[in-house]
Amino acid sequence: MEDFSYQKPKTVDDAREAYSASADGLFLAGGQTILPVMKLGLAAPSAVIDLGGIEGLRAILVTDSVVSIGAMATHATVAASGDVRQAIPALSDLAGMIGDPQVRTRGTIGGSIANNDPAADYPAAVLALNATITTDKRQIAADDFFVAMFETALEEGEIITNVEFPVADAAAYAKFANPASRFALAGVFVARTGNSVRVAVTGAGTCVFRVADMEAALAKDFSATALDGITVATENLNTDIHASAEYRGHLIGVMAKRAVEAAQTKGGGK
Amino acid sequence: MPKISLTVNNKPVTQDVEGRTLLVELIREGLGLTGTHIGCDTSQCGACVVHVNGQPVKSCTMLAVQADGAEVLTVEGVSPDSGLNPIQQALHEHHGLQCGFCTPGMVMTATALLKNNPDPSEADVRHGLEGNLCRCTGYQNIVEAIMAAAKTMRS
Repeated sequence: MEDFSYQKPKTVDDAREAYSASADGLFLAGGQTILPVMKLGLAAPSAVIDLGGIEGLRAILVTDSVVSIGAMATHATVAASGDVRQAIPALSDLAGMIGDPQVRTRGTIGGSIANNDPAADYPAAVLALNATITTDKRQIAADDFFVAMFETALEEGEIITNVEFPVADAAAYAKFANPASRFALAGVFVARTGNSVRVAVTGAGTCVFRVADMEAALAKDFSATALDGITVATENLNTDIHASAEYRGHLIGVMAKRAVEAAQTKGGGK
Repeated sequence: MPKISLTVNNKPVTQDVEGRTLLVELIREGLGLTGTHIGCDTSQCGACVVHVNGQPVKSCTMLAVQADGAEVLTVEGVSPDSGLNPIQQALHEHHGLQCGFCTPGMVMTATALLKNNPDPSEADVRHGLEGNLCRCTGYQNIVEAIMAAAKTMRS
């Protein structure tokens, strides 16, 4: 790994200034992706600005209608939060499925969604629950945030401060994990709020995406059988050494049914 | 070069490190505590697991400067003055290791697991070990050892 200057600002303003003042700065959240990337030489920043010293970014606030998670809250903290589990159990379940226990100790929600790995878990929850991403500059709707593989709506130097999830009536996440990496070969997050249903898929394509046909069918009848016969076009799905596009397409159907069944039995927060 | 202060196995340590120095490099090369192993160096295998402020981390995927002010516990810090602790003893009795390379990480992960969940199911133990690879045992005896250690530690 190339060496760099290291700074640990105490406020978001100081972090933004440190970034502006650097030639080639990089924000460090939990580091569970970026440190391996830097070891491989795929990133070589001149300055690393560690967001871990900004106390306010770790807060988790839960009300009757919204779960707000600070960008630097770790997966382990979210998974262990009784308040989050009460409000959106599916979100707790998802956080507890990310990577492995050690990754969950360090990895953060802000880091995960800013990176937008095509097989990351959190983007599915953010998109299906119709979350709002708040940055130091603005609020971004989930539908506008995830742009393409490893690409988001974030601008140069923009810092995520928190993510607000509206509490759904019923939600669940079902993931078929690669047995080695624990990344999703296909992960489906289903959320129902009133008569509106959102279905988000991660791991199967180049970027998290929604499945309109499934959403329409589930809005009429929120049951696994409502998904019978609905297929996902495979031309945009990934084929790699782990699975073909056809296999991933099949998995999306299976995981979506499992998620609906889990949402019916375990329900949501309300 | 940043100067950092932390405690490692309850002993205060002050070191100059580069920004890029990994926590595992500080532990092994800076402090000579070679019980913490580097297996894959890609945060997959878990041979480098230590505790930072009581929580398990892969020390190959954390900068040493990020541990400034932290309490770090390595495998050297978990044994009693003589003999083995219940987790180490159970790994010995249940043949939970063969070559032993992964064992320090297994011990540290199991220690954190049983601290958070003193009465785990077998499924809990297997879920808890997802970040630790063993290429010798097939995990069966490691899981048995951790279940046995949990029982011993509860009694």
